[in-house]
Amino acid sequence: MDRNRRRQLLALPYVAWSILFTLIPLFVILRYAMVDKEGHFTVSYIFAFLSSVNAKAFLISLEIAVICTVICVLLAYPLVMVVRRLKISRMSFMLFFLIMPMWMNFILRMLALQMILSSNGILNMLLGFLGFPPLQIANTNTAVIIGVVYDYLPFMMLPIFNTISDIGEDVLEAARDLGAGPFTVFRRVILPMSLPGLKSGITIVFVPSMTSFVIADILGGGKIQLIGNIIEQEFTRSSNWNLGSGLSVSLMLFMLISMTFTIKDEILTKRPAEEISEEEKAEPRVVGDGVSRRTVL
Amino acid sequence: MKKRLVDFISRFYFILIMIFLYAPILVMVALSFNDSRSRVVWGGFTLRWYGTLFSNRQIREALLMTVGLALLSSFIALIIGGAAAFGIHAMRRKGYVVMMGITNIPLLNADIVTGISLMLWFIRFIPLGFNSVLIAHVTFNIPYIILALLPKIEQMNRSIYEASRDLGASAARGFFTMILPQLAGGIISGFFMAVTMSMDDFMITYFTKGAGVNTLSTMIYGEIRKGIKPEMYALSTVIFAVVFVILLIVNFSPANKKAGNKREGMI
Repeated sequence: MDRNRRRQLLALPYVAWSILFTLIPLFVILRYAMVDKEGHFTVSYIFAFLSSVNAKAFLISLEIAVICTVICVLLAYPLVMVVRRLKISRMSFMLFFLIMPMWMNFILRMLALQMILSSNGILNMLLGFLGFPPLQIANTNTAVIIGVVYDYLPFMMLPIFNTISDIGEDVLEAARDLGAGPFTVFRRVILPMSLPGLKSGITIVFVPSMTSFVIADILGGGKIQLIGNIIEQEFTRSSNWNLGSGLSVSLMLFMLISMTFTIKDEILTKRPAEEISEEEKAEPRVVGDGVSRRTVL
Repeated sequence: MKKRLVDFISRFYFILIMIFLYAPILVMVALSFNDSRSRVVWGGFTLRWYGTLFSNRQIREALLMTVGLALLSSFIALIIGGAAAFGIHAMRRKGYVVMMGITNIPLLNADIVTGISLMLWFIRFIPLGFNSVLIAHVTFNIPYIILALLPKIEQMNRSIYEASRDLGASAARGFFTMILPQLAGGIISGFFMAVTMSMDDFMITYFTKGAGVNTLSTMIYGEIRKGIKPEMYALSTVIFAVVFVILLIVNFSPANKKAGNKREGMI
């Protein structure tokens, strides 16, 4: 056991790093959020998201985040099933396919989407060519939603794909032999088994999609204010850092809520190393929580 | 008959998603060949922007900064995160849960909050500049390394390492010949993920960079209002193409093909 203890020391540099650059910064922003410009204690900035302008931005952000998360889930499941069906199930291919777009610069991709969606853009040109009336998507919530879905779809697909590709064909076969139709197989076998992936997909997409101020700027044409836009402006233009910090802290509360989900999972799946017998060690087994599976490549 | 219909729909859906994900990229590639400074006018085909690309000092510096930052931060993250993955693996339940909770913070937190909180902390002791951006990138890269490596460490066969030690190999030799090869897949994918995230990051860089430091992302963001330099499209196309070819070779080389499932059914 002594050796086990020595091995734990390997994590020390990371412990130091994460205290310095993950935990302390969170306390710093909390401190900024709890004082006013003169340095007096106040909670008004933390509750600033309730004031009318901010509340409006918060609600729109929430609405967009919910819609985007749902769309991502609805797009991801069929795709993952399709990929399974067409037997393109090699992880490396899926990864390749989903990660590759990130190598074209994020802002350029958003500008390209803007060109596609704008009122005399490529999409409307195609629609006109086919004889359909043009769509007015540019500078609306819809455009922002499309942008956010575009940006976060890979982060929903990868964890779901990860869990579903783990399900053996024999399991599905067994379900079918017992008389389950395709929908029953999906509802009773695939869906329950993919829940960890779904959960981590949701946690990874939901909170960040409330804050994508760049997407809102470019695709919303400056008309749509997400909570991210308000925070950014407090830091760059109005320079009320305390208010910006207060709004950030309220965002962090959402993150904490979603984190409690994943940590609960972790306790269920992880056992201390000593408890694991040798035979088990030889067997590859599923590790960690849903989020970790996202990057288990 | 029914099976063929479902197959057809499946393929159709796959291609639709593919179009959704890749249409903006095609637009950017097309713009890089556009002989006009405007985004909305097609002025004919040209290779001009590829020619002037590297003579532009600003772009060259931003490219160097972006790539250097991505590689350096991923490398530091690999060292710290790699060691941490071994350490976390050896931990008991409580330590493990706490460490994984902390590891998840940068992933689950909104980028804007990560960026701002780091910035507020940095301004107390270091000037915002290359170092602050580097620290920020290492911070969000470490979790990708840990999460890619941990499962590989769990699956790894430790007895062959112990056998090598029994046969007289030093700890270092045992590690490099027995442990490291088993983890190669996790190391490569974690590193690749970290480099990708670092190259594509805008928000965290935006808040932690000082004046004078520009990555491609922040440079492009600054140009949105003035109009993007067409060289940017050319540069992004070059980066995309280079990575695409590298990954294609790595993923679909004949040596890999035998090991993989059949993918003939794809398109």
